[in-house]
Amino acid sequence: MNHLKAFEIFNGSMIQSFNDSMKKAFPILGILTAILLSYALYMALVWAPTERTMGDVQRIFYYHVPSAWTAFILFFVNFAASIIYLIKRKPAADIVALVSAEVGVVFCTVVLVTGPIWARPVWGIWWTWDMRLTSTLVLWLIYVSYLFLRRFSSSGQTPALAAVLAVLGALCVPFVYFSIWFFRTQHPQPVMGGGGSIDPRMLHVLLINWLAFSCFAFLVCWSRYRLEKLQRDVDQAHALESLMAPRGSVR
Amino acid sequence: MSAPTGITRATLLKDLRLEWRSKDAINSMLFFSLLVVIMFSFSFDPTAEESRRIASGLIWLAFLFAAVVALNQTWAREIRNQVLDAYRVSPAPANSLFIAKTLGNFIFVSVLEALMTPLFIVFYQLRSIGPAWQLLVVAALGTWALVVNGTFFAAMSLRTRSREIMLPLLLFPISIPALLAMVQSTTAILNGEGARFWIVLLVTYDLVFTTVCLLLFETVLNAE
Repeated sequence: MNHLKAFEIFNGSMIQSFNDSMKKAFPILGILTAILLSYALYMALVWAPTERTMGDVQRIFYYHVPSAWTAFILFFVNFAASIIYLIKRKPAADIVALVSAEVGVVFCTVVLVTGPIWARPVWGIWWTWDMRLTSTLVLWLIYVSYLFLRRFSSSGQTPALAAVLAVLGALCVPFVYFSIWFFRTQHPQPVMGGGGSIDPRMLHVLLINWLAFSCFAFLVCWSRYRLEKLQRDVDQAHALESLMAPRGSVR
Repeated sequence: MSAPTGITRATLLKDLRLEWRSKDAINSMLFFSLLVVIMFSFSFDPTAEESRRIASGLIWLAFLFAAVVALNQTWAREIRNQVLDAYRVSPAPANSLFIAKTLGNFIFVSVLEALMTPLFIVFYQLRSIGPAWQLLVVAALGTWALVVNGTFFAAMSLRTRSREIMLPLLLFPISIPALLAMVQSTTAILNGEGARFWIVLLVTYDLVFTTVCLLLFETVLNAE
């Protein structure tokens, strides 16, 4: 067992030094992300060519699509973290699952809000039951229900239950896409974002915006992770204090 | 017979027997189902042509709401008598309990549907152009989809605050593909069109979610 313990201590100290270097890296990453976001903003609103048919309204595309991609990545991280938690029961995996779901829901909300804002001037309707928007709505519903479970269940079993729900929700996603795809081919509706090829300059701006959003999402997740970890450590310390304190002296 | 099947059978028979003797839940549920059909009939004018076109949607929504009310009291008896603690301590496999509960709910909700369907047919003057036996297949598959997820989520909601609202909050988003499939296949069969895609989707959905629920129920039971 000796080598196992040594490995654990080595691992632990590696994680500790990793944490320390991450703490130093955070402000640097923050500044880099701010620069990247400003650059992406300039590219989207000024540099990118104006679309032929839709005009300047089309520029919302550079916020609508990268938010969607970021949300999908975050939900995938949630799925992976939940599976890791179910197998290994590491608290860190549970925090990652919580954090990625929260930030993912925020980006998903951005998609659902920018969609109607885009649709209204272009097609005159606020909402269209097209495939992408509808699937995003159902995705949003699934992960909001996940957050509700997190909020409403008592802290003892929340990680395991939430992880189970995350697995079920993630498994539901292919069904959502298939069912809505077939439904839409039977009852066609206006398609958001159009189809066909994209101007390479527009693709360039899109990718820059996606990079900026991903960095921002990473920063926010990281902050939230540290906050949640601190909160849990504080709660644990309080609980331990109440347990250890002699009778009558607990506040 | 092997132990798990025996346990499933025993638990299922126990639930059915208890239900049959007290009849409190079934009576209130039957009346609730009748009320739902009538409320829908007042809200969606049965004489209008549009209502007949959306009838399958109305029926399945009514089934959904009746199922949620039925599912909410799935584990009520178990909570009252600390049955789950006893079950956790016993060597019985968790899956037997889950299958027994799901089958019990399936029978229960099917009874409710068997009451509501003739009422809908009568109130909305529905006629089926396609073969009616396919409707039974769709009804069975759709009910199973609702019940297997509903029983699972009811178990997950046991120790949450606002338990009764937690079940629909969790169940509805995940049931959306199944609901779409149920309604579309019912509409297709009523209109005499093919419903193959939707039925295949429903079968796949049932298989996947039954398997996953069986795999994960032990985790949920031990997490309580």
